Amino acid sequence: MTPPPLVLDNVTVAYARHPAVHHLSGRFAPGSMTAVVGPNGAGKTTFLRTLVGELQPESGRIDRGGLAPGAIGYLPQAAALDRSFPLPCAEVAAMGMWAAAGPFRALSPAERARIEEALSAVGLRGFAARPIATLSAGQFQRLLFARLLLQDAPVLLLDEPFTAIDSRTTADLLRVLRRWHGEGRTIVAVLHDLELVRAEFPDTLLLAREVIAWGRTPEALTAENLFRARLMAEAWDETAEPCRQDEAPRRRAA
Amino acid sequence: MMMGLIEPFLEFSFLRRALAGGIALALSAPPLGVFLVQRRLSLIGDALGHAILPGVALGAALFGLSLAAMSGGGLLAGLVVMLAAGLAARGGALREDASLAGFYLVSLALGVAIVSWGPAQLDLLELLFGSVLAVDDAALLLMAGTATVTLVSLAMIWRPLVIETFDAGFLRAQGGRGALWHLWFLALVVLNLVAAFQALGTLMAVGLMMLPAVAARFVSPTLSGQVVASVGIAVLAVLGGLIVSVRADVPTGPAIVLCAGALWLALLLAGPEASVLARSLRRPHLAR
Repeated sequence: MTPPPLVLDNVTVAYARHPAVHHLSGRFAPGSMTAVVGPNGAGKTTFLRTLVGELQPESGRIDRGGLAPGAIGYLPQAAALDRSFPLPCAEVAAMGMWAAAGPFRALSPAERARIEEALSAVGLRGFAARPIATLSAGQFQRLLFARLLLQDAPVLLLDEPFTAIDSRTTADLLRVLRRWHGEGRTIVAVLHDLELVRAEFPDTLLLAREVIAWGRTPEALTAENLFRARLMAEAWDETAEPCRQDEAPRRRAA
Repeated sequence: MMMGLIEPFLEFSFLRRALAGGIALALSAPPLGVFLVQRRLSLIGDALGHAILPGVALGAALFGLSLAAMSGGGLLAGLVVMLAAGLAARGGALREDASLAGFYLVSLALGVAIVSWGPAQLDLLELLFGSVLAVDDAALLLMAGTATVTLVSLAMIWRPLVIETFDAGFLRAQGGRGALWHLWFLALVVLNLVAAFQALGTLMAVGLMMLPAVAARFVSPTLSGQVVASVGIAVLAVLGGLIVSVRADVPTGPAIVLCAGALWLALLLAGPEASVLARSLRRPHLAR
């Protein structure tokens, strides 16, 4: 499985003119495993949602190498979903088969068996008929991983996959992540635990509205870079001037 | 006792027609209500119900008191408001329910204004609360047709609709055309409200859609279970409502909605799932 690289060219995403992230350029190599790290409000979630195509960049370009929409697996922050929704686990996991089954086709027995397998692979054997309302936060996250497993996407974007989850669940889900990495899938994950990033993720993108560092994890996560990321102002400056980095190319164009 | 319940249906053919139509509606409207509840759009039914009124009134004012004119006008007005609210929500800063609140207040006022200006036989109370005598063969066919279209549609769009309701972002990321299913679904809601307005009235039609759906929450923990339960509750409400309507001389629409309301309250108190009784019963917890 060799996905195309994801290439960003001067990407800016803004809310009401204030940049959530701006002037991002870089490349996620095929099969790379990158942690996205940065303080709260650094634009990490915005960045992922733009990468998956849910938000449109205000300027700049993202080249996904012609990947079909379903070929990018996206794990939203667990808080973004209604966990009291009256569905059994198997049906949530089965959503991962949308690209294969589409809106209408019935699932074959073989596909149903794959749902069971995926649930077992994330440690939810025997949970198929359990309503999701009865799951703990960790079990719910396992279920979303099962959905991703079934989606079988060559590119995976994970938003805080290990937040509010105990160490055993994290270890189990990391095993799934390593398996994906071994299969050559591209993985991008927003994370807060720097220990875990140093231990598991070869590459890191340190984000604070702009790229502070992007490269091998030991070189990106230096004390100096982390300090620079922390200096990012969280508050919007209502009197901010238009971003100067935009003017240079404009002048050149003129 | 049993005879007393059946007798009115044997005696009056209009009641038998109303029963058949009511059961048709009970099969199709409540499942839509279950989805509305899950989508946190419980109030959209009210909004669309109000939105139908000016269309019905205008249809009657322009083309006379025929079923085709009134239903056609209502359908058109409902679809226009549904699309307008959707667009307003997409384009603007307001959430869909806020836009709908704006649209339906205007629609209701407009409807009342048109009724007062339209033909004299047009009765505002009858439009709002329905009349069982209005269910002629054409209306019955409309109800049966609506139920058929709704149930077949729902079976077809079940999967995308469930996914879109649970995790719209997921479906968008998969290129699953979320807006299509959402609009298809809302069009079914409008269709059901239009089909129901003759018997139940534009205001009360919403009751048959929402009350059984809300009550079903206290019967089953799963979506499919709730859909089945809501239909059962609605059929009981229609039966009970028609009998009450004849015996106590109450308009049909309010009678049916009151019955649905009574069932809702009963289930809220003593339903098998998450009801007051189920929560307070202290059964010993399991060992594992």
